[in-house]
Amino acid sequence: MTAAPQALLSVRDLTMTFPGRRSATGRRGAPVRAVDGVSFDLGEGETLGLVGESGCGKSTTGRMLVRLLEPTAGSVEFDGRDISRLSQGALRPLRRHIQMVFQDPHSSLNPRQTVARIVSDPLLVQGWTAADARRRAAELMELVGLIPEHIDRYPHEFSGGQAQRIGIARSLATSPRLIVADEPVSALDVSVQAQIVNLMERLRRELGLAYVFIAHDLSVVKRVSDRVAVMYLGRIVEIGEKHLLYDDPQHPYTRALLSAVPLPDPAAERRRERIVLLGDPPSPAAPPPGCTFHPRCPKVQEICRTERPLLRVAASREVACHFPGD
Amino acid sequence: MTALLEVRDLRVTFTTPRGSVRAVDSLGFTVGAGRTLGIVGESGSGKSVTSLAVMGLHRGAEIGGSVALDGRELTGLSERELSRLRGRKMAMIFQDPLSSLHPYYTVGEQIAEHFRVHFKAGRSAARKRAVDMLGEVGIPEPARRAGEYPHQFSGGMRQRAMIAMALACEPDLLIADEPTTALDVTVQAQILELIARLQQDRGLGVVLITHDLGVVARVAHEVLVMYGGRAAEQAPVEQLFAEPAHPYTRGLLDSLPRLDDADDAPLRAIPGSPPSLLTPAPGCAFAPRCPEAAARCTGERPELQPYGEGPARTVACHFAGAGAPAEVTR
Repeated sequence: MTAAPQALLSVRDLTMTFPGRRSATGRRGAPVRAVDGVSFDLGEGETLGLVGESGCGKSTTGRMLVRLLEPTAGSVEFDGRDISRLSQGALRPLRRHIQMVFQDPHSSLNPRQTVARIVSDPLLVQGWTAADARRRAAELMELVGLIPEHIDRYPHEFSGGQAQRIGIARSLATSPRLIVADEPVSALDVSVQAQIVNLMERLRRELGLAYVFIAHDLSVVKRVSDRVAVMYLGRIVEIGEKHLLYDDPQHPYTRALLSAVPLPDPAAERRRERIVLLGDPPSPAAPPPGCTFHPRCPKVQEICRTERPLLRVAASREVACHFPGD
Repeated sequence: MTALLEVRDLRVTFTTPRGSVRAVDSLGFTVGAGRTLGIVGESGSGKSVTSLAVMGLHRGAEIGGSVALDGRELTGLSERELSRLRGRKMAMIFQDPLSSLHPYYTVGEQIAEHFRVHFKAGRSAARKRAVDMLGEVGIPEPARRAGEYPHQFSGGMRQRAMIAMALACEPDLLIADEPTTALDVTVQAQILELIARLQQDRGLGVVLITHDLGVVARVAHEVLVMYGGRAAEQAPVEQLFAEPAHPYTRGLLDSLPRLDDADDAPLRAIPGSPPSLLTPAPGCAFAPRCPEAAARCTGERPELQPYGEGPARTVACHFAGAGAPAEVTR
């Protein structure tokens, strides 16, 4: 791992184990390791895309980065300081630097609060006066492309795309340096998604934000990211610069994932060679031994069934595979 | 040759406390045997309501126009007559398989019931055909899995089970409403491949409803683009993507981030959001968001008209087709 000297965020061996679910008889199932030793660095103003299918641990990772969840092991260093074990009190002054944007704008905004209240709330927590916070909220509305005069309206008076702009305005209130966005466009209509993607890119340029952009849509992630990490069953299987990763994927899972995305181009679709994986992703409660991808891997060898591959450098990025490339 | 499914001037109206809502208006399309029609639209475009109306599942809505399956008119049929056709002649699958799988019965029992109802098959014969059907949709160890309950199946397996159930009595028409939207992309690829294979093997007509233009590009032969409850444009799939005629279709294609896109310029987003059906505009529903809209567009609704050569394409835009300024800028 080549740690940049001035990494804004430095994540090491991040792990989250949830206790097994209690059944009707009160017995606990096996613990679930949702995230298993995730490490990466993120520079100031950089965007890392985190992709993977449901249950791969990408959202859990995001929640640990903003400390909505306390990791069971590993560390999250923000600006050189480990925030993964800080008490809530010690965390508060740091919270203003790290904010989150959620998937469903309507369910992440309190329906009984006006936009003014929603957007200025983080500022009041940080000790701003009500008048200053309101003024700042109006500025933020303008910044995210909403009409400042609508500040006393309620969330239901806005469309899905506008509500997501409110969620983004709230996340920007405290002038954060890092935003963790968990599927910020996937609940929106196709024609509205591009508006929000463009907004997030503009804000990043104007404000120098760093993003961890979590999504299952590989096309959106390619658009917004500088680097991309592909997760499978709680682990990063490939991480690298986006063009390297998309143009020449090295992990068989990355390849399969990319080839499965339907292209909006019938001619290209017909020419394409598709790798169709068998079966579903296995449950993180009972991960397969060795490489967790081996039961679905088209090029599985004997060693894959027994020995877990670690991330190592191959073709200018990191890959966790015994046989990267062809 | 008559089409398998022929829909003409379909109108669906709901009565709500805030007034009556015309969810679908003046809609027409045909689906041939062995063909797939993709219906594309965003929320509120009327695509799902259309599919429910074809199946006769539009509870409480008022239906106008004509829906003919194999030459037989379906509007006006009694519930009893319709239920004889559903499953046997036409079947439907949904985004969420748990909406059509009963949690208390095994998957095998639920599929077998179709044979018992429609073919009066005996218990053991029906069970055997249910197992065969599960095997055909690619469920491993079908004999054992037939005895399991829906909650024991993964998302992809449930979708396969629902397809098995829909196709059990060999219908001629399959309506698939966002069948892969809830699935992971690797599982989506499996299910799309399965639907395409079953269609080939059985000569099925398929109506595939989706918001995903990539899915349409992969599986559809013809495409109907809906906006605000009406057809915006209709075209064979290659022509639609190569030369979209309606500004909305062009806008959608331009706004998509694409895997095969090298440039990093900002996406060309469509401003605004999809219209509310409660307050329909007098003119073109897309006019408030259209970069090419003129005064005529907000006052006068464009009718569907032929576009280009041949009968295959239609478009509802004042400025598409004959001598229009709609130079395709892609």
